Amino acid sequence: MNALTLEGVTKSFGALRASDDVTLAIEANCCHAVIGPNGAGKTTLIGQITGEIRPDAGRIRFFDQDITDWTTPRRALAGLGRSFQITQLCADFSALDNVALAVQARQGHSYRFLRAAGSDARLRDPAMAALERVGLGERAQIRVDVLSHGERRQLELAAALATEPRMLVLDEPMAGMGPQESERMIAILHALRGEVTILLVEHDMDAVFALADRISVLVNGAVLMTGDPAAVRADPAVRAAYLGAPAP
Amino acid sequence: MAINRQIVAGLLIAACLLAVPFAAPYLGGNYVITLATRVVIFAIAASSLDLLIGRGALVSFGHAAYFGLGGYVVGICAFHLANDVTIFGWAGSNEALVVWPLAMLVSGFAALVIGALSLRTSGVYFIMITLAFAQMIYFVFVALKYYGGDDGLAMTSRNLFAGTRITNAQTFYWISLCALALCLLIQWRLVVSRFGMALRGAASNERRMAALGFSVYGYRLVAFVIAGMMAGLAGALWANLNRFVSPDMLGWVRSGEFMVMVIMGGVSSLLGPVIGAAAFLLVETALAGWTEHWQIAFGPFVLLVALFAPRGIWGLLRGRAGP
Repeated sequence: MNALTLEGVTKSFGALRASDDVTLAIEANCCHAVIGPNGAGKTTLIGQITGEIRPDAGRIRFFDQDITDWTTPRRALAGLGRSFQITQLCADFSALDNVALAVQARQGHSYRFLRAAGSDARLRDPAMAALERVGLGERAQIRVDVLSHGERRQLELAAALATEPRMLVLDEPMAGMGPQESERMIAILHALRGEVTILLVEHDMDAVFALADRISVLVNGAVLMTGDPAAVRADPAVRAAYLGAPAP
Repeated sequence: MAINRQIVAGLLIAACLLAVPFAAPYLGGNYVITLATRVVIFAIAASSLDLLIGRGALVSFGHAAYFGLGGYVVGICAFHLANDVTIFGWAGSNEALVVWPLAMLVSGFAALVIGALSLRTSGVYFIMITLAFAQMIYFVFVALKYYGGDDGLAMTSRNLFAGTRITNAQTFYWISLCALALCLLIQWRLVVSRFGMALRGAASNERRMAALGFSVYGYRLVAFVIAGMMAGLAGALWANLNRFVSPDMLGWVRSGEFMVMVIMGGVSSLLGPVIGAAAFLLVETALAGWTEHWQIAFGPFVLLVALFAPRGIWGLLRGRAGP
């Protein structure tokens, strides 16, 4: 069964074809990576999947529903979680509050005016569990603007996990991380494999080859090829377009 | 430390407000009580605006519209009563416990309509569109000659409160103070509730909130309506205090004054707007007694607060530590 299906998704900005007839099927519970050089249209593709950008043509299906016309919040509530390439968090909230917001979103509408959210165990406990899962349990009370870059990346993931998504769209989760932090993030994501569908857009090739079950290569907005990691690594066209160096 | 300081400062403000009726005979009698009542009423309006500016990052530049509409509901009911043409022959139109909630409903409904349209924009456009709607209502009342037009409407007496006449300045002060306490209590619960988390989250990072599944428009609209209703209550009280309503209550100058109170007192704080309202009125009164061009001195005062207390007077009082 496919978690996400893109059929002929096309998006142009002026003369630039950011997405050129992209057709892609991402199998449920699989970790599918999308790689490609800068300007290949990866971010535009993610924007269309999460609903921030409307495609000019094509359909997007999430499990058995056509979500092409859905808003971002509606997609999120249907189980499409994401992390951002440039961290998007509530900077003046604590780490715990950021994740508690995610839990709150999952528990239905927030037109609840009387009970204090800060002492609500139904929010705190799952939020704490998500923080511990990404290794931020000790930092729960720290304000986001005081956290390190790597910690914020982990917090993004914790917030996405706390919405209990059926699928995670991760936009360069290792961006700007040191080697140690990257390794830690890879370990966290590795633990998630098989449990949730992951669409991973990443520049770090070590991470991609460590995690991905399947890889799609995007060049100039179009899918150059899709295959398992070994096939992608061996493909001469991919190496010419992107990997550059000879396969090890 | 910071928490203690915050509590001490809060208790001090509460003590000052509670002490006014007892201290007034030694300070200048009813004049002082009336001044304190004005502070309390403006504090209600300013704190309701802070729910939008401080908690929701929604800079509404038309908050006087809801204040003025609340006032006009009281004024118009009194006008019809005085002319023996009670609206729909309706007898309750002089009872505060009926008219004031009605004022809140009318203001809340206006906020619902204006908010529903304004909240589709953001940033500078939001500021301009809220201002534009408020000015439209202002000019409607200027043009309504039947209800006094430019000259406004005078009321022969205050509304009855639970059947009793409120002639005593002290009694009216206590009623206003209770209204302020109630509004602050409601706001405090709102801010820490799930609703408050959603509203503040949307102010902090709208994109993040959408990605989590929040449709922030609805939460903002509800906040807009609540703030409008509280401003309507303040307007109803204001009309009763002065026994007079005029289009000035609705104008952009009044909206600007509310904003100055919020920013001067301290945004995103329960007591900041209360302090802001007090500082605004006390400084205005002191300067106006000194020169009729009091704005010349008032401008630099606001500037100094903005420069040296970016978190407002409340920010100075409670200290630097803590969010």
